[in-house]
Amino acid sequence: MTRRQASSPPDRPLERLLSSREVVIACGPGGVGKTTTAAAIAATMSVRSAAKVLVLTVDPARRLADALGVEGIGNTATPVPAAAFAAAGVRQKGELWAAMLDTKESWDALVRRHAPDASTAARIFANPIYQNVTGRFAQSHEYIAMERLYEIHAEGAYDLVVVDTPPTRDALDFLDAPGRMADFFGSGLLRWLVAPSRSHLVSLASRPFYQVADRILGTQFLGDVAEFFLLFQSMYDGFVTRARSVGALLGEARTTFMLVTTLETVPSLEATRFAAALAERQLHLGLLVVNKVLPASFADPAAVAVAESLQGDPVGIAGALLAALPDGLAGASRVQVARVLEEVGRSFASVGLVASRQAELLAEMSGAHEVTATVPHLAADVVDLRGLLEIGRHVLDGTGT
Amino acid sequence: MTVSGLLDRRLLFVTGKGGVGKTTVAAALGMLAASRGRRVLVCEVEPKGDVAAAYECPPAGFVPREVSPGLHVMEMDTEASLREYLRLNLRVPTIGRIGPVARAFDFVANAAPGVREILTVGKLCYEVREDHYDLVVVDAAATGHIVGQLAAPVGINELVKVGAVRSQTRWMLEILEDPRSTGVCIVTTPEEMPVNEAIDLAGRLEGETGVHLAALVANRVMPELFSRGEEEIFAALADVQATAALAVAAGGASASAFHEVLEAAALAVRIRRTGAGHLERLRAALGAAQPLVYVPYLFARADGARAVRQVADSLGEELGE
Repeated sequence: MTRRQASSPPDRPLERLLSSREVVIACGPGGVGKTTTAAAIAATMSVRSAAKVLVLTVDPARRLADALGVEGIGNTATPVPAAAFAAAGVRQKGELWAAMLDTKESWDALVRRHAPDASTAARIFANPIYQNVTGRFAQSHEYIAMERLYEIHAEGAYDLVVVDTPPTRDALDFLDAPGRMADFFGSGLLRWLVAPSRSHLVSLASRPFYQVADRILGTQFLGDVAEFFLLFQSMYDGFVTRARSVGALLGEARTTFMLVTTLETVPSLEATRFAAALAERQLHLGLLVVNKVLPASFADPAAVAVAESLQGDPVGIAGALLAALPDGLAGASRVQVARVLEEVGRSFASVGLVASRQAELLAEMSGAHEVTATVPHLAADVVDLRGLLEIGRHVLDGTGT
Repeated sequence: MTVSGLLDRRLLFVTGKGGVGKTTVAAALGMLAASRGRRVLVCEVEPKGDVAAAYECPPAGFVPREVSPGLHVMEMDTEASLREYLRLNLRVPTIGRIGPVARAFDFVANAAPGVREILTVGKLCYEVREDHYDLVVVDAAATGHIVGQLAAPVGINELVKVGAVRSQTRWMLEILEDPRSTGVCIVTTPEEMPVNEAIDLAGRLEGETGVHLAALVANRVMPELFSRGEEEIFAALADVQATAALAVAAGGASASAFHEVLEAAALAVRIRRTGAGHLERLRAALGAAQPLVYVPYLFARADGARAVRQVADSLGEELGE
């Protein structure tokens, strides 16, 4: 497999990188702003390049749909109106589309595509195991997200697809999901399990596994399981081929990964593990986006000294300050002003501790990754396209470190 | 039941959106209960060693290990749980005797919904039923997966009409559905998505799983910096003239350094205000009867035994004796 090196021209290396890719997979630990970051870079790329861009989100908050100016997002891609961009004060060179992953609908579509006939599909839909599997099967969401990505990419309708990944028990799950799915439906064990239904020479009950399983689970449940596997076997070839193609797309030179994290301990550890896992699988980590970064001013020695002095003699400083201001300060007394000054100093010192931990972690991460972008800790939530574009600007223009 | 009775339950599932500090809160609840003389087991359902790491101990396995007096840690292992179940209930001596069961198990557990979950929840209920511990604290699946995990006994009851498993689910449900013995703690932070997920889960937990909500824990709550009057003073300080005068008053430091400090404080105020808005939303969605427990933001420590101890102390104060 040939791998394109991320080149770093002086002018906006990330924008250049994204222009050369067709698929960007946003990944990383939960709760770090993955979905927002994915939407932000998709929106920003649709402004800056004459490209048709799709953002495929997994579980968008209604707020994100609102921010994009669309009435909810469904499994079918919806265009984000250019008017929404105009309202945010920008003119798009390209287009932005948004779609959401509907796991159940996507599974059903997959079955319809691969089932040999309509009656097999109907039996699969009616099978209680199928109904449960599509809802709860470990890796079911992970796989179907990658499957949808493959389908959309194969249609060739977009220049760039930015896909958000589902919150997983383990961030690595979805990387292995296509492989596991292929193994699952392609394994000899599956044939072994369903063999009795095909050939009545060997009775189901004579197999030791079934003897134990029957005592634990009961015959009817086992019957449902056997039917499920048997029905799925009719789709075996299509399914396995498909799962392998989906897996291959992840490794293609047109695909890159965007790892999103914050500088809190647990997310950053998980992100580091994730980066190592990508490298091990020879998958391309195009950019590392670090969210919620506190400003560098917390490390400025002059500011630190000021914060200390405010905590040291708040009453004295408050007195001198009030004396210097003929109109006073919001009609406040010296004691009140002193309280505020002391609190300002204290909160600077407290948040400064967090900032210094962050700075150490950031230095470590930036040392390990070629392209790192930072997004400052925004005090308020992103509520509109303007907010998304601001994040996109930080990611694509900010030099990081 | 009031929040003060939280630790009197036998089985507590701690959940929350990824990244909110679920493991730290679970570890702290365990530490707090043990310090009050309870025999406690803290079980990590997705074995990554995070609970042991929170106590700064080497990782534990399926067999619980005592990390401090009365406080035990274990990691869930569904295959080991199955083996234990077969040995105890069906008198199936070893897994080796019944052929490629380990592989087949893995296979069926992946395919058949709820098998892994029932073995997890079953093991936890078993520890409660056998009275090995006063309290079992579970570092459970995240909000997105917890309903599937807790609903497994109900689901199996519907799917499996006969067999040993069906009769087993009966006593499990008795433990799980009794609010005096079992409850769920939802952990959130004062941020939009974690609060959304907490509200969503709180609304459907009991209906879909039969397990009751025990408490909501708001973790990493920023301290309130200013009262309303003080905020006006703070806002007035940001005025260019006032900032310059402040720099002179403080002994001639540069006005830009003051500006930086005030900006930083303003950021802290805005973050706190946004968070407070989310917590108000949570409060309103839950209703006044539902216990909401606050744990302050720890500036000095992010993780490790010291952070767990501080969270345990905060929880102890909130819960009372």
